[in-house]
Amino acid sequence: MEAITVTKTKSKSKKQRKDYIIMDKNTKAIVFGYQQRAIQRMLDFDYICRREEQSVVAIVNPTREGTHKCFWGTKEILIPMYRTLGGAAKMYPEADFMVNFASFRSAYATSKEALESKTIRSVAIIAEGIPERRTKELIKIAKENNKWIIGPATVGGIAAGGFRIGNTAGMLDNIIASKLHRAGSVAYVSKSGGLSNELNNIIARNTDGIFEGVAIGGDTYPGSTFIEHIMRYEANPDIKMIVLLGEVGGTDEYVVVDALKSGKIKKPIVAWCIGTCSKVFPAEVQFGHAGARAGAERETSDAKNKALKDAGAVVPKHFDDFDKEIKKTFDKLVKSGKHKPIPDVEPPTIPLDYAVALKQGVIRKPAQFISTISDDRGEELRYCGVKISKIFEEEWGLGGVIGLLWFKKKLPKWAAGFLERVVLLTADHGPAVSGAHNSIVAARAGKDLISSLVSGLLTIGPRFGGAVQGSADHFTQYLYKGETPAFMVKEMKSKNVNIQGIGHRIKSVTNPDVRVTLMIDYAKKNFPKTETLDYALEVEKLTTSKRNNLILNVDGCIGVLCCDMLRGIGYSRDEVREVVDLGILNALFVLGRSIGFMGHIMDQKRMKSGLYRHPWDDINYMMPDKPEKVK
Amino acid sequence: MAQRGIREYNGKKMLAKYWSEYISKDFSFPGKVVLVNPNTKLDDLPKKHKWLKEEKLVVKPDQLFGKRGKHGLIKANASFDEVKKWIKERMNKDTKVGKVTGKLTHFLIEPYVTHKGEFYVAIKSNRDGDTIYFSNHGGVDIESVWDTVAEILVPVEEDVNKINIESKLPKDTPKDKKKMFADFIKGLFTFYRELGYAYLEINPFVASGKNIVPLDLVARIDDTAHFEYSTKWGDLPFPAPFGRKLSKEEKYIKEMDEKSGASLKLTVLNPKGCIWTMVAGGGGSVIYTDTIVDLGYRDELANYGEYSGNPTTDQTYEYAKTILDLMTREKDPKGRPKFLLVGGGIANFTDVAKTFTGITMALRDYKKKLKDTNVKIYVRRGGPNYQEGLRIMKDLGEELGIPIDVYGPETHMTRIVDMALGGKK
Repeated sequence: MEAITVTKTKSKSKKQRKDYIIMDKNTKAIVFGYQQRAIQRMLDFDYICRREEQSVVAIVNPTREGTHKCFWGTKEILIPMYRTLGGAAKMYPEADFMVNFASFRSAYATSKEALESKTIRSVAIIAEGIPERRTKELIKIAKENNKWIIGPATVGGIAAGGFRIGNTAGMLDNIIASKLHRAGSVAYVSKSGGLSNELNNIIARNTDGIFEGVAIGGDTYPGSTFIEHIMRYEANPDIKMIVLLGEVGGTDEYVVVDALKSGKIKKPIVAWCIGTCSKVFPAEVQFGHAGARAGAERETSDAKNKALKDAGAVVPKHFDDFDKEIKKTFDKLVKSGKHKPIPDVEPPTIPLDYAVALKQGVIRKPAQFISTISDDRGEELRYCGVKISKIFEEEWGLGGVIGLLWFKKKLPKWAAGFLERVVLLTADHGPAVSGAHNSIVAARAGKDLISSLVSGLLTIGPRFGGAVQGSADHFTQYLYKGETPAFMVKEMKSKNVNIQGIGHRIKSVTNPDVRVTLMIDYAKKNFPKTETLDYALEVEKLTTSKRNNLILNVDGCIGVLCCDMLRGIGYSRDEVREVVDLGILNALFVLGRSIGFMGHIMDQKRMKSGLYRHPWDDINYMMPDKPEKVK
Repeated sequence: MAQRGIREYNGKKMLAKYWSEYISKDFSFPGKVVLVNPNTKLDDLPKKHKWLKEEKLVVKPDQLFGKRGKHGLIKANASFDEVKKWIKERMNKDTKVGKVTGKLTHFLIEPYVTHKGEFYVAIKSNRDGDTIYFSNHGGVDIESVWDTVAEILVPVEEDVNKINIESKLPKDTPKDKKKMFADFIKGLFTFYRELGYAYLEINPFVASGKNIVPLDLVARIDDTAHFEYSTKWGDLPFPAPFGRKLSKEEKYIKEMDEKSGASLKLTVLNPKGCIWTMVAGGGGSVIYTDTIVDLGYRDELANYGEYSGNPTTDQTYEYAKTILDLMTREKDPKGRPKFLLVGGGIANFTDVAKTFTGITMALRDYKKKLKDTNVKIYVRRGGPNYQEGLRIMKDLGEELGIPIDVYGPETHMTRIVDMALGGKK
């Protein structure tokens, strides 16, 4: 798949568009609001209509500019995105339609801007709940500027084979089933957007299909009215027949009645107003629409249906005959020779959307990523299958969570307790150690917390903090091979490698490290077995016999006890080695010591410490006078 | 939502609050009004509103219906004791107003104004702007004297002060009052516009000396404008229109509807009716109900029901259970089968099979009762995944041993009405 940018197409010798057309296969639109799905649906519709160019030329997204990637058939394309309508309209003066997805709060201002612009001629307002007074103001502006509003509170409308407003007409298979991918000869106007799919279906099944359909929306003051669209349809020679679906409440249908009576509408019109049931309701029940409230008798559907019929519209006895009357009316047109039915055409196939196909089970694809430790998709976050609420209720604690996310095991209390103690012990070791020092220097250089923390963490390795990992590695290597402590000491000596986890600067056999004592006591009391610790203590005996301070230090102690903990929760020796290789001990040290580093960083920032500069007198400058000559 | 009625009490309180700002600084409207609800302790009222004991009073219900005088629901020129008695006799009592019966729960008390001459003024929103209606013959059913009413359109965004109201008042307007009325109308219009009213009728108001006193007020406000006017409105309630009290089941669904972003509606019209509907979509549900009525089964129509806006499985389950429970409580007295129409148009993007999940759960729960009351089910629906949805319903029918006929978009939306009731296929 190649990504191409939509480049500005030179408007091809534009044919003067007739006034009665507000949308067709040449319509270029700006979509206001980052409605990714609606935009894709519009493009897919363009594609099955075999439009040469996409209908959506630009997107207005007040929070981001740049491009939006979407599909054009099988290809991916980029649609430019602007922060303001002005920006988009300036670049795309050929766009004369705006699909406005702005919320009810901002739809007024954005629609007003569009209606007052030079290039936008029609605005479809999708939002529901725009104050009536605001709509009235928009209507006035539209009238003054000779522009069109469709909506508010509508799904929009559709020009079959040409242009789709946003989400109108639903899914692609439904669009094809309703023959909307090519223009028929029947146009409709309806109040309800929810019923427009059904209208598409009824008309497609009983005639040669839709030419255009508009849902004007259910508000008291729709931006454009039945009659305005019907007069467009009347003027358009490609439209042979008109369908009107009105509803209870309001008097807009009577304008159509008057136009019928005065002979302004000559094309056959099949009409029905829904809500004839209002008479059986005890009190004033309001149906979904703001405009659907029968106040006076005149506003009831029964009265309107009768008036329409008396004025010459084809009005069925009830909705159940609506389809039959549409068919009869269409057949009559054909029979009289006034119209030759438009043949069906095969639409190009659009590849199924991945998500849809996956849901239908018709495709599969190996995942690029596998995750086995947590899942955030359901009702509740889960760690290794355990709901977060359960972790709270049962007080699994930090150790329990580490168990789930690192070992994928429900740790027994003693093991979780051990891990927590490790975190407590390793949390800090003063400001002088290299990691803390680095963090402090970075913090004092004005770096943010994360950068400063990372600066400290980067020192953790073979020399600093790495002894935890190293000791686990060294001791298990010899223990698991079945070598004696004496052999280990001897071989390490001969290789000239220090045994990791052995030795302390100050502490000694006579002055033991209380942290080590605490950990050993805990392990002896709680661990099922302590083979690695015991081995290390044997080694310690040998090393301390050489020098008093070659004791098992806190890093070494944590390292070997971790291996014992793993054995205690059921790991085999091989598995322990594997886990050690994963870096689990460094992970524990990083986890604990991050607490200290962050403490130091915040400490420095709190004090507003200035930039650290190492004093000259602490550096021995030993620069030669000149560089060595290369021979 | 739309234009909604507000209580006369709130209308008059707002008028009093903004009187000097918009209407007149020369004369005032003190807004002496008290609203009584079922929890009001009538005997405590005079402590806060001394005028109740000092003046003659008027009392009337304040529940969004008009023509109260015609229905004998105004008590005028009464003492506070008389007012109390009058209210006590009516509070929480079923009362018929026109065709609607409901409980009286809210009453308005205000001072009784002796007067000569009653006038009518109203302002109504329309597509081109707002029209002012004025007549010198107020206080009566204004439609009966409509030829005395002057209509003045104030176009959208037009400044009312630039319109020569005085010259447009009816010819029979007393000369000495013309300016006063014109100023009042301009002020009232500004109030109406600045506070987001959609309808404001004062019928009548009286002119005593230099003062204008509104006696009876009806108002509607466009509640979608809440985000623009909420500070001016304050805590403004929109009471439900006067009418029948909701049944337990209707209330349950209404509460569910209010708590959810989805739409769930239920009105029980005739619990003994044999045609029950459970229809997806606002427009679709109206069409099904229309068709049942228009095909002549009005007396058998049991309910109006609608679910839409992507309700959760739990919500459709509860909704379906409520309807199934109502319809299977007893057998049809004439021994006929009962019909459940699970109808709907073609959905845009809702997964039809998924929306049926809650309904099938409820049908399973009511298997026995559905059989006992001889229920036949007809399903018609289209939209994403509808084939699967219909298959699930069809299989369920076989599993439960209940007749469930299913139809898709190839069948005209309402045809199942006739299939069920007319026995047609």
